[in-house]
Amino acid sequence: MRTHPKSWLLAIIVVSFLISLFEDKINPYHYDILITIGINIILGVGLNLVNGYTGQFSLGHAGFMAVGAYASAAFTVYVASGLGGAEGGVLEESLFITALLAGGFAAAFAGLLIGVPSLRLKGDYLAIATLGFGEIIRVVIQNMEAVGGARGFSLPITPTNFFWTYMVAAITVYVVVLLVNSTYGRGFLTVRDDEIAAEAMGINTTKYKVIAFVIAAFFAGIAGGLYAHFKQFIHPEGFNFLRSVDIVVIVILGGMGNTPGVIVAAILLTILPEGLRELAKVQALPEWLREIIRNRMILYSLLLITLMLTRPQGLFGGGGSRFKRKVKEGTA
Amino acid sequence: MVEFLQQLINGLSLGAIYALIALGYTMVYGVLRFINFAHGDVYMVGAFAGFYLAPWVGRFFPVAEGGGFSWSTTAGAITILLLSMAICAVLGVLIELLVYRPLRSRPRLTVLITAIGVSIFLENFGQFLFGAEPKYFPEILPDRAIEGVGELTITVNQVILLVATGVLLVALRFIVMKTRIGTAMRALSFNPTAASLMGINTSVVISFTFALGSALAAAAGILNAINYPSIDPLMGILPGIKAFVAAVLGGIGNIPGAALGGLILGVLETMVVGYISPMYRDAIAFAVLIIILIIKPSGLLGKAEREKV
Repeated sequence: MRTHPKSWLLAIIVVSFLISLFEDKINPYHYDILITIGINIILGVGLNLVNGYTGQFSLGHAGFMAVGAYASAAFTVYVASGLGGAEGGVLEESLFITALLAGGFAAAFAGLLIGVPSLRLKGDYLAIATLGFGEIIRVVIQNMEAVGGARGFSLPITPTNFFWTYMVAAITVYVVVLLVNSTYGRGFLTVRDDEIAAEAMGINTTKYKVIAFVIAAFFAGIAGGLYAHFKQFIHPEGFNFLRSVDIVVIVILGGMGNTPGVIVAAILLTILPEGLRELAKVQALPEWLREIIRNRMILYSLLLITLMLTRPQGLFGGGGSRFKRKVKEGTA
Repeated sequence: MVEFLQQLINGLSLGAIYALIALGYTMVYGVLRFINFAHGDVYMVGAFAGFYLAPWVGRFFPVAEGGGFSWSTTAGAITILLLSMAICAVLGVLIELLVYRPLRSRPRLTVLITAIGVSIFLENFGQFLFGAEPKYFPEILPDRAIEGVGELTITVNQVILLVATGVLLVALRFIVMKTRIGTAMRALSFNPTAASLMGINTSVVISFTFALGSALAAAAGILNAINYPSIDPLMGILPGIKAFVAAVLGGIGNIPGAALGGLILGVLETMVVGYISPMYRDAIAFAVLIIILIIKPSGLLGKAEREKV
């Protein structure tokens, strides 16, 4: 039986609302992890649209997250406070939604500005150009005194909660899944599978790439907004190249172009560092091993290399293009 | 005018470092058509190799007291330079052998992701092995200012850096243009299939290319450390990326282009820091990259390649 995606969306929103009623009973440490998982799901699923479904390798996703985080935080601090909507440590819901959307649209606009010139590039060049743009965004924010510059930027309130995070995550998954399964969305897959053939069939590949890029940037911006309104303090260094790599690892581990896989990977990779931190406390292990465990990036990099050598389609990826798979199964 | 000349000299010495690293990117790109993301970290390993070798070499060739010229100091510095170049050559060959070779027939994206993985591994394993805090590179060549050049400040080590870079570039030019293995490298970058049909052992040539590129990166690491002695495991990230930009600027796959691109980028960066704002120091390289990729993706000296169906 196939359930309509809309009922899934509604079910998840209702469940996350019910859970959020009990959120003060959740251990703050676990609560922090839960919210981070939600934010990572949004980032991973969004980036999957670019890196997975459309086959364009972007390495600057943290830059869009930064734009969203700073834009929404600036909205809350300068606009919402001015309207009197952020009194007594509470931000009115309508203003919070506006702040998130402001972050999303700011990031989408940045995505458009960056996507149009850089998506003419392919493969390695695109990866480096997006990396470059991500770093430029960080340097520009560092030089903006209105949002704290290199000192970081503080927010007076934390309206992000379980409900908001998971509702946005559910909407992100819903939009991406419906989009790539629609007639229109097949365009993304053709760009990945064979760009020259797609062009020959009359598909405007550049347009599809830019659209994928802008949508991914929009969700990254909203994720950044949620992050800023959860952590209360954002710093340009928190959105550096390594943050982008974190998101890329989620997409690769989940299997490029495999949304359920990316969700599982987002959960795994958020819990993994916490688990490793516990493991590093075990006294029975030799000191050097505990030292390595404490540095999660060593394990991430080894994971990345091993995965590429043995399972480049990711832990959960089905592998290969849709068409080639069908040829193999004899259904095309 | 004096200030401009001063910036130019500083820019050229920075550019020489970028040029040496950029050569490794461009040579690997020439034979394998992929960006060896881990190359900047080989530069870091080169500097650390020098750091650990210096006390050991110093026992055989003690650094002269007082900082003047002495044969012992010179011999020691050259030994450290050559040994760390050798260590990094081995490292480069090992990386290629263990990681890139099994992926040779895979899509380029897979190789790119792996290269990013290797880069992150070297950085973080370096932090584990050497410690995360910056270290002070020993004075293998005591630095002092050259007198008699008016108001300019030129140090001996800046001159050594520029001269050594020149020597290495000439040596590289000789290897690539005049030796059998250099000819094989050029053949491979021209057409890999035809080269292997002509009896060129592709794997040997690729290993040699990695060794050569990594040795040059190590030389850059040492030559930079004698001028700016603070070294740390993450020092390779930015020079690595900027050197890549230099390679693209000169035309990736083109050896003189990489050297030219490195020098231009070094001068440009120093000028921006000197005349505009030091805050934009790291953004300038990316701005150059994006402009060059949009206006002339084949670079200053590169030839445009058309994609064939």
